[in-house]
Amino acid sequence: MRHRVAGRHLGRETSHRLSLYRNLVTDLLRYERITTTEAKAKEIRPMAEKIITLGRRGDLHARRQAMRFVYDTAVVKKVFDEIGPRMKDRPGGYLRLTGLEPRKGDGARMSSIELVDFVDAPPTPRPQRVTAAPKAAAPVAAAPDAPALEPAEPTVDEAEPEGESAEAVAEETTESASELAQDDAEEREAGHSAE
Amino acid sequence: MPPLPKRKYPKSRQGKRRSHLAIKMPHIVDCPRCKSPRLAHHACPICGTYRGREAITMPAPELES
Repeated sequence: MRHRVAGRHLGRETSHRLSLYRNLVTDLLRYERITTTEAKAKEIRPMAEKIITLGRRGDLHARRQAMRFVYDTAVVKKVFDEIGPRMKDRPGGYLRLTGLEPRKGDGARMSSIELVDFVDAPPTPRPQRVTAAPKAAAPVAAAPDAPALEPAEPTVDEAEPEGESAEAVAEETTESASELAQDDAEEREAGHSAE
Repeated sequence: MPPLPKRKYPKSRQGKRRSHLAIKMPHIVDCPRCKSPRLAHHACPICGTYRGREAITMPAPELES
């Protein structure tokens, strides 16, 4: 009978494995989302959730119990001050696994594990110069380009050529802005007439 | 003298043995957001989403300066 053989060995001795688990749980609680192999993510989920449950309890004994597992006292503080209160009304299930593409080198199944209320920082798709471009000298050509790009959240190959053209216009306009006002006006006029 | 096969193995038997060796297709579905193929039950590597929200943090598209 397959009794009493729960868990994975992950090719490590007991002490090595325990260290790995504690490292992973500490980092998961610190960064709120980590990417690791599916096997490791599935192993640490119950451990990390137990630590978060301790954080919801919030008393001194719970804090000391968390200290026994988590390596970093700052992370324990974070669990008790931030994560615990955030999860106050959630009866377990604080973590979410999402499968990712297999790892390149060895094809291992990868997955991300994150707190369920983790909010991904939105990618900042453009350098400041391009966003500042419409303000600088109102380039008529660049203006329709810029808003079209932004909501689409472009894939890399799509964005490259458009962004380049927009930037080229922006560069021109910033140059003209730095020059004399007369030149600027002339250039703008030229831009309008070219339209 | 080492032990050796007594008879030549015919092509038909070789084929029968290999009849189970075919590699199966991975379960591929089209990403509902960007329509590119992705593994079923996995986040899309192109647009970084799974079931509408859980995103991989995508690198911001670089703009050449």
